[in-house]
Amino acid sequence: MAARGENTHMDRQLLSGDEAVALAAWHAGVALGTGYPGTPSTEILESFDELDGRAQWAPNEKVALEVGLGAAFANARTLVTMKHVGLNVAADPLFTAAYTGVSGALIVVTADDPGMASSQNEQDNRRYAIAAGLPMVEPADSQDAYDFFVAAIEISERWHIPVLFRMTTRVCHSKSIVRPGNAAAAAVPRPHFEHDINGRVMIPANARPAHRRLRAKLVEIAAWGERQAWEAAPGHMPLNRIESGDKALGVIASGVSYLHAAEAAPGASFLRIGLVNPLPLERARAFAASHARTVVIEEGDPVIADSLRAAGIAVESKAEMYRFGELDVPRVRRILAGDTSPEPAAPRGKPPELCPACPYHTVYATLKKHDCIVAGDIGCYTLGVLPPYQAMDTCVAMGASIGVGLGLRHVLPPQEARRVVSIIGDSTFVHSGIGGLVEMAYNPPSTGHVVIVLDNGTTAMTGQQEHPATGRTLDHGPTNKVSIEGVATAIGIPSVTVIDAYAEPEEFERLLLERLAASELSVIVARRPCILAAADIRKWEKQAAGLRAQAAEQAAFDLPLEDR
Amino acid sequence: MSAEEGAGNSLGNGMDAGQANGTGGRRGAGRAASFVTNVIFAGLGGQGVIKASDILADAALRAGLDVKKSELHGMSQRGGSVSSDVRFGTRVLSPMVPRGEADYLVVLAASEVEVTRPLLRPGGVLLSPDLIPDADLPNKRSLNVALLGALSRYLDLPPEAMLDAVKAALPERLHAVNAAAFQLGRKVAAGQGTIS
Repeated sequence: MAARGENTHMDRQLLSGDEAVALAAWHAGVALGTGYPGTPSTEILESFDELDGRAQWAPNEKVALEVGLGAAFANARTLVTMKHVGLNVAADPLFTAAYTGVSGALIVVTADDPGMASSQNEQDNRRYAIAAGLPMVEPADSQDAYDFFVAAIEISERWHIPVLFRMTTRVCHSKSIVRPGNAAAAAVPRPHFEHDINGRVMIPANARPAHRRLRAKLVEIAAWGERQAWEAAPGHMPLNRIESGDKALGVIASGVSYLHAAEAAPGASFLRIGLVNPLPLERARAFAASHARTVVIEEGDPVIADSLRAAGIAVESKAEMYRFGELDVPRVRRILAGDTSPEPAAPRGKPPELCPACPYHTVYATLKKHDCIVAGDIGCYTLGVLPPYQAMDTCVAMGASIGVGLGLRHVLPPQEARRVVSIIGDSTFVHSGIGGLVEMAYNPPSTGHVVIVLDNGTTAMTGQQEHPATGRTLDHGPTNKVSIEGVATAIGIPSVTVIDAYAEPEEFERLLLERLAASELSVIVARRPCILAAADIRKWEKQAAGLRAQAAEQAAFDLPLEDR
Repeated sequence: MSAEEGAGNSLGNGMDAGQANGTGGRRGAGRAASFVTNVIFAGLGGQGVIKASDILADAALRAGLDVKKSELHGMSQRGGSVSSDVRFGTRVLSPMVPRGEADYLVVLAASEVEVTRPLLRPGGVLLSPDLIPDADLPNKRSLNVALLGALSRYLDLPPEAMLDAVKAALPERLHAVNAAAFQLGRKVAAGQGTIS
């Protein structure tokens, strides 16, 4: 492994966008990477760990951002990663971190999922940059991801401000060639603490001037962004670039949409925007004025087009039908041609399903058999909604199963209310289910409630990441283990049972029916390792046991002789 | 397809050292001279679709070409449909093969042939799993590498670069069986392959 600060890597590497961000973070001396797994962002921290960076999973995105903010208050360079919906969870600290700013660098990766390859919505997180008043950088491919990450660190340190780094599924998961630059050129700052009560304690008296400071920073960053097309630091690509071509057609694009557009309109001129907030409005104005026709090509919401039009810049935007889903070269051709005829249907392949030996089969078979009303949650087990079980009635957000189940219980007639079950995975429970359980203890429905925690010992859907209830850290080493049943008991749930529903389906059915009939609060932990992760889990447990034995031996050796 | 494609069988043609990083105003000219081969791999989760596309992309990298590859993962371990796009040539822009413009469609599961066929361009080459005789395959799990061997007959990439990429992607104990699968694919593809 290359020493930190050296750049002895191969000249050309084929990297995913996620891997390119990790490599840039490593080269730039990022002291801490934290986040919560979420497709398509998960591989960033895993790659950062493989490079020997300090990477760790937090129980959820809000906590991750707060840990990152603390590190950045202490002058460190910090990376926080999450998928787009994760930023909803982290939004509370994010908006006020924009006021406090940072001493070191804080880069928050938001990985959006236009087209919803594996998400519950396709929200456009460029809106967060505008709402929070934070600079946002958006790469188009892996080379951009590497270069722009370094630029994001520079922005963050120069203006003492968190920077949002927006990626999309295609940028995160596509692989393209990266020539790593010398990201470590600037000295890596040493963590230390300096008091700054007025700057970091956001009581109203401090927050009022902080809001003004934030807006003043954005004015400066906007002016800097206007110059970006021409002023690139040596060795760095500018964030915003103008590529001159035909004067008949100008295209303004950002992210992977730029690449689709460059292929769809090979003769056109391009204003390629890498700093999507604040936008280089004056450059865009001059660009639009010098082309007969200027079209904005962007995925998702018309964020750039609306901003330019609000500034009085004459640009065309895409038709409403292209707000939905990803763009690609054929869709960009259609946008440029003003074609709004129906599009050909995408190939309909085989949908995913629960693995044949998934421990959840018996749970879903039982729920279906007894016609339960199932408030579901987010993870592999959401696949229980598909045939043959179709045993899920709601799925909205991480942790929502418990609150939604309680709401149903509160208002349904008792006969129906007794059929309501909340079902949540182990990682999701730790992420945001615990608050729901507190609500359940605090405001119990008159019919009671049943929460089933499907504990397969891993964050399965995103590729088997660890979480606080596995007792292992991101790199699978041993740490403190949070007990799900212990948490439920401590909150005051009167009936807490752990069962292997796969090994004992009849006992599980009996237990479920008993708990549904009782007007009591119940938590059933259905525990059995994920079939895909089971072998690895056994291996890591063995390694941990070995480490414990070693430590015990060492401890015995360290005792004074008379105590042995 | 551009006119350059017909003439551009030698991969060095039109290469421009300035292209890969998209430097400023010269890019327009670079694009006109670009020559891109589009390959789509398709199959079901667990068949090695993504592994096959990784190997081809690595081979293109080893051959000194620009290359991009793209797929949607996340659901791939749950047995659903998986496909992966690989594009290589002098300069690649979008990471996704435009629908109906794949030069080669390599399908690992018979059930996926019809659903993915519209991705192929007219005159494109379909390599389906029935091309590889089951009985001759040294290991059922090396179907992906056998189809890569078949594909190598058609591509203007050095077969050694492809074999090196196969080896780099797999642990050493699997090298022999996969080299055999690769050669089997090359052999059966000589004079075969369905032109759609």
